[in-house]
Amino acid sequence: MIGLTHYLAVAAALFVIGIFGIFLNRKNVIVILMSIELMLLAVNINLVAFSAHLDDLVGQIFTMFVLTVAAAEAAIGLAILVVFFRNRGTIDVEDVNVMKG
Amino acid sequence: MISDDLSLLLPEIVLAVYAMAALMFGAYTSKDRAMPVITWTTAGVFAVLAFWIGVTGPGTHTAFGGMFIDDGFSRFAKVVVLLSAAAVLVMSQDYMAKRGLGRFEYPILIALAVVGMMVMVSAGDLMSLYMGLELQSLALYVVASLRRDSIKSTEAGLKYFVLGALSSGILLYGASLTYGFSGTTLFSGIIQTVHGGQMSLGLLFGLVFLISGMAFKISAVPFHMWTPDVYEGSPTPVTAFFATAPKAAAMALLARLLFGAFGTAVQEWSQVLSVLAVGSMFLGAVAALGQNDLKRLMAYSSITHMGYALVGLSAGTPEGVQAMLIYMSIYATTTIGVFAFMLSMERDGVQITDLRALNLYANKEPLKALALMVLLFSLAGVPPMLGFIAKFYVLKAAIDAHLYWLALLAVVASVIGAVYYIRIVYLMYFGKENEGLDTGPMGVMPWVMLMGSAAVTLLGVINLFGVEGLAQAAALTLVQ
Repeated sequence: MIGLTHYLAVAAALFVIGIFGIFLNRKNVIVILMSIELMLLAVNINLVAFSAHLDDLVGQIFTMFVLTVAAAEAAIGLAILVVFFRNRGTIDVEDVNVMKG
Repeated sequence: MISDDLSLLLPEIVLAVYAMAALMFGAYTSKDRAMPVITWTTAGVFAVLAFWIGVTGPGTHTAFGGMFIDDGFSRFAKVVVLLSAAAVLVMSQDYMAKRGLGRFEYPILIALAVVGMMVMVSAGDLMSLYMGLELQSLALYVVASLRRDSIKSTEAGLKYFVLGALSSGILLYGASLTYGFSGTTLFSGIIQTVHGGQMSLGLLFGLVFLISGMAFKISAVPFHMWTPDVYEGSPTPVTAFFATAPKAAAMALLARLLFGAFGTAVQEWSQVLSVLAVGSMFLGAVAALGQNDLKRLMAYSSITHMGYALVGLSAGTPEGVQAMLIYMSIYATTTIGVFAFMLSMERDGVQITDLRALNLYANKEPLKALALMVLLFSLAGVPPMLGFIAKFYVLKAAIDAHLYWLALLAVVASVIGAVYYIRIVYLMYFGKENEGLDTGPMGVMPWVMLMGSAAVTLLGVINLFGVEGLAQAAALTLVQ
């Protein structure tokens, strides 16, 4: 029988993978965008699991909002990435370092 | 009734509709030539809305089943946000036009960010909190990279986006845990499940994640690393905006969340906030010592000041919230003055943000140097200026809440922090001769903002322009 804890464990694992993806990834900014999506989807799993467990619809409505905002966020992130690429000619994480100090 | 709910949201709706109308106007008529008109109208709309919200009668009203709260606290925060946004827009117009940044989207994006902030400070539910915060953040990511052809500006936007999205993710994870373990997303519902200060472990985890996510937005240590880079890379007027309105709004949102949803478990979050406060105050003060770039210096300065505002919040009392509100309004006023001066720092028409260009500035421009000195002393917390009053309220709140060690550390940090403000004053008055800044008149609006801010900083000590009483009333509506 798959219960609430199983869903929470999966969500927690995905969330941690997302955070590690942002900090350990040294190659590509696109991977960072994917990691951010992974974090938001982990939250969605959490919300839907709680919603089913509590027999309460609010969690699913919250999920709809999160999905919408995640789409807008990805659009803006990719737009900023495009202007960055036009200036630098690269999207390697190691090259995002003009400012230091 | 839906019409009652909507009438409570009218200021937000007006601003959102205005932003759409201005976008249509700009896109279908004259594109970037309409930028000055749109900037001034937007600032005018901000000022009118601030007046409207300011004169709205007292009382607490809720809309949409408690998701949106209109009370004294939210009205105070909204007026601070609207007025500082209007001031920044008005003073940046010349700068933007001169440097080829006169895009009509800028004031519109600022207006949308302000709608987000107004929703944030009125949030009564985790959903409206998240939606307001994201509306603000998404608009700010775009304005950070407004200078599309500059490596620094686009890099600032990219860094701000990645770390901002990370913080939103952390905040959301906290929101999902809070929802799961309390069974509701309404603040008024959550507070009932922590009655008597007993929290389940899951709820405690949710609270910690929520605080971490918010700490990113107010750039408190250890979530501050984006601040110096974003401040340096963004165009100066955008940096001026980042340093004022969003900080005040995020701080108000943090207060709303902690007192509205977790107000019965003060001891649970008070320690977390104290640690954030001490870290921010010391890191900001120490890291700024070696900075020669005025924008990075202001970034560390804002980290330090967020630390002091957090000291007020961690007291967990109405006096603490009042101190935080007073601190944020004084900080915003002073910072606007400093940035108004920075907008005019140029050599041969090129913007300079290096401190050392200020050498012996007082000999060339005595009045402006005097105004800047007043503002810097205020930021450092030297007694006759407003900044001292702000720090005094915060320390008093901490001592009244028996957080003696926190008050002591705050005083030590303010002494360290005073060094780098006074260093700028030293350079202006007793520095050595070198290639300085262009002299001559600065733009009218930056001049007005610089002098006005300095005058307010000096004259405000008499009665704080009545802000003290308003902040007290606002704090009492939040903390019962």
